[in-house]
Amino acid sequence: MRCEWMSAIRFEKRSTTPRGVLFLVPLLSVIIGLCFAGLFIGATGKNPLNIYSLMFEGAFGSAYGISETVVKSIPLMLTGLAVALAFRMQLWNIGAEGQLYMGAFGATWLALKFPEWPAYLLLPGMLIMSFITGGIWGLLPAIPRAYFKVNETITTLLLNYVGILWVDYLVYGPWRDPKGFNFPITAPFSESAILPVLGDSRIHVGLILAILAAVVLYIVLNYTKWGFEIRVSGESAIAANYAGMNYIKNILLIMFISGGLAGVAGMTEVSAITQRLQHGISPGYGYSAIIIAWLARLNPWAVVVVSFLFGALLVGGYSIQTSGFPAATVAMLQGAILFFVVGGEIFVKYRLTWSGRGGHK
Amino acid sequence: MNIKTPVVVMENITKSFPGILANDQVNLVINEGEIHALLGENGAGKSTLMSILTGLYRPDKGEIYINGQPVKFHSPKDAVMKGIGIVHQHFKLVKTFTVAENILLGLHSSKEVYDLKAVKGKIQEFCLNYGFSVDTDAQVWQLSIGEQQRAEIIKALFWGAEILILDEPTAVLTPQEAAELYRTLRLMADQGKSIIVISHKLSEVMENTDNITVLRSGKGIGTVATASTNEEELTRMMVGRNVLFDVPKKNIGKGCKILKLQQVSCLGNRGQKALKNITLDVFGGEIVGIAGIAGNGQSELAEVIAGVRPLEAGTKFIDGIDHTNSSVRSLIAAGVSYVPEDRLGTGLVPGLDAVDNFILKSYESADRYFINWQEAKRRTKEAVGDFDIKIASLSNAVNALSGGNLQKLLLAREISANPRLMVAVYPMRGLDVGAMEVVRNLLMGERDAGKGVLFISEELEELFMLSDRIVVLHEGEIMGVVQPSSSNIETVGMMMAGKRMLKQDAM
Repeated sequence: MRCEWMSAIRFEKRSTTPRGVLFLVPLLSVIIGLCFAGLFIGATGKNPLNIYSLMFEGAFGSAYGISETVVKSIPLMLTGLAVALAFRMQLWNIGAEGQLYMGAFGATWLALKFPEWPAYLLLPGMLIMSFITGGIWGLLPAIPRAYFKVNETITTLLLNYVGILWVDYLVYGPWRDPKGFNFPITAPFSESAILPVLGDSRIHVGLILAILAAVVLYIVLNYTKWGFEIRVSGESAIAANYAGMNYIKNILLIMFISGGLAGVAGMTEVSAITQRLQHGISPGYGYSAIIIAWLARLNPWAVVVVSFLFGALLVGGYSIQTSGFPAATVAMLQGAILFFVVGGEIFVKYRLTWSGRGGHK
Repeated sequence: MNIKTPVVVMENITKSFPGILANDQVNLVINEGEIHALLGENGAGKSTLMSILTGLYRPDKGEIYINGQPVKFHSPKDAVMKGIGIVHQHFKLVKTFTVAENILLGLHSSKEVYDLKAVKGKIQEFCLNYGFSVDTDAQVWQLSIGEQQRAEIIKALFWGAEILILDEPTAVLTPQEAAELYRTLRLMADQGKSIIVISHKLSEVMENTDNITVLRSGKGIGTVATASTNEEELTRMMVGRNVLFDVPKKNIGKGCKILKLQQVSCLGNRGQKALKNITLDVFGGEIVGIAGIAGNGQSELAEVIAGVRPLEAGTKFIDGIDHTNSSVRSLIAAGVSYVPEDRLGTGLVPGLDAVDNFILKSYESADRYFINWQEAKRRTKEAVGDFDIKIASLSNAVNALSGGNLQKLLLAREISANPRLMVAVYPMRGLDVGAMEVVRNLLMGERDAGKGVLFISEELEELFMLSDRIVVLHEGEIMGVVQPSSSNIETVGMMMAGKRMLKQDAM
């Protein structure tokens, strides 16, 4: 006989989930994730609380810190929205990173090809190019998914490497700046290919783009017929088909838009931050986006907020490098958080019940 | 028989769930070597009683004796130790594993673990013993439903089952497979095993069992010897009253031809030919019943009409317009309404709320881009009132609704769309008597309003009660068309089993 108490604790499926639980579970998951990661920090002999407060200071303690946090949150927002949109339809787009790189590639191509164009032509052009190239990178795995049910989780993931290596090939090879001292970078962009910034911070117009994208997505998903189709399709493909919705078309469209949004993140990075295409333009924004979308429960507003917090995590991560921690500490923190967030999901769908005898259905 | 101790005695079993008394002082006695039927309508408490016997639930009150010994089960494992095995309606097999591997999976304490050869040998032994065969090296997904069921039975035997429970075992079987199953069960009973069959099919129970215990709304109505009873008595015990076999059918004239299918063929999910040369008309103001054993092309027929499944050959006309290759959406627009077999998941979206589900099909016809949620909410509220749907809140996910209310919501949506043709697949399945009555009246109401109704059912009584014509399907072909008034259940039953009685010009 196994432990008696085991049979007394049961998971019972919730018929409805209270709002408070929806909010509390991710919050507690993050805290437990931080505690868990704290064990490893503690193992190095440092006090995790000190490290965390150091990170907090780095991210929010100065005007510079805050503005850097916002800067980091912009690509996170765009890729987070991209991933959240695809996840809404239960399309597991793990490829935002590659789509970001391909977007950067598309934008860079235009910027290098027509550097003499005025900003009012070149910037929108780069935006559209990045959306299209990123979108195509999302569409590629969507086609086999739609027509042959090929698992998009694997294909989107693998295309990340193709996208990243393609950009590497360009910056190490044909697009390398001859005046760049052999660094893997392209020539700097012309003045008109650079996004304007707010005041003298590094916060650029991408922030407005990202927030605008969140607003549009929110309206589309909640108030339009097409948004309704996405919601139905995400819940049950069979029901979508039954109701006469074009499931295949929607898969292609959603993955294109998702890839496009991630592509725009690539454009804002090369245009405003690096101001040229170079190796390693993203420290994994497209991967963090998955955690962000999940934490935000695929809600566009929440993506904006969570992205800001993750931006802070990144900036905070840089500031602890002085006390001997590698920047990879942040990756570990993110991993620990995702682990507990996904695990905590069970408490959203199920309720723990303690019952002395028998049980419910 | 009476001198021996019964194998199973369940005494005064009471079990309640929040809001429902699922079992109310139920008694059940099973003797060694008998096939015992547990008969009752859906929701009568059969499954709860068996879940208690298999250790899944614990009774609030009551005693269980196995071979005269009182037992208390704390988990299904305890029941297995006492020799109780169950074959669920939905098989619990790993589809990509072979039969032998599946059986190996469940073995915990025996020597055979990891010894595939020994397992296979023992399976062959069982096969020889009970006169059936199963390919131990075939992966489960390759097997027919009947073979999968056999694998489940073998699994139960492997665990040492002396008392074997089968939950609605023939619901998914062809008549041949069902007959074969009962032959096997009889052999097992003759060799001393005790068999409990959960069922609501009267004819099957009458033919194949020794004793019958009837449950009705959680109460044990009684146990009768099969030889000394008849279907009428059993029906009375099950339903609690004499079932009226005629619903007043208003005499309204046949309207114009709404649906016209000509030489229609289609493929099933596994690529087999599911429909072969079906020619069928449905007129306004009539209910055309489709009879057949589940899996003989009925669902595919409905899907073809609704446009969810493509035609392989033939033509389809709605109101004289060619809709052979029309999309689902244009068929909805043409007035085809479809109540699918799978209510939750196909007809309704489980995770969405009542308003979302109510506009599932009509959202398209509204504004160009936006959905008017206020209007949608108002219409849903109205329908919830009109159709008397019991619902806690319009904004709760519908998967919390009961079966009857789900079906009412689905029908409310389909009827509110004011269709020309209503295709209803097993619309009464799983409903209680009250909800069945509602669905019956709704379908009749559609007919009386001059609409065409295609009514697919496996309950012949229902078909005879409602239909103006009954079309019998067998292996995707029409075996014949009969008038309920000038035919009987036996004739239709024979056609369901594959006897062709197609008169010229019958259609």
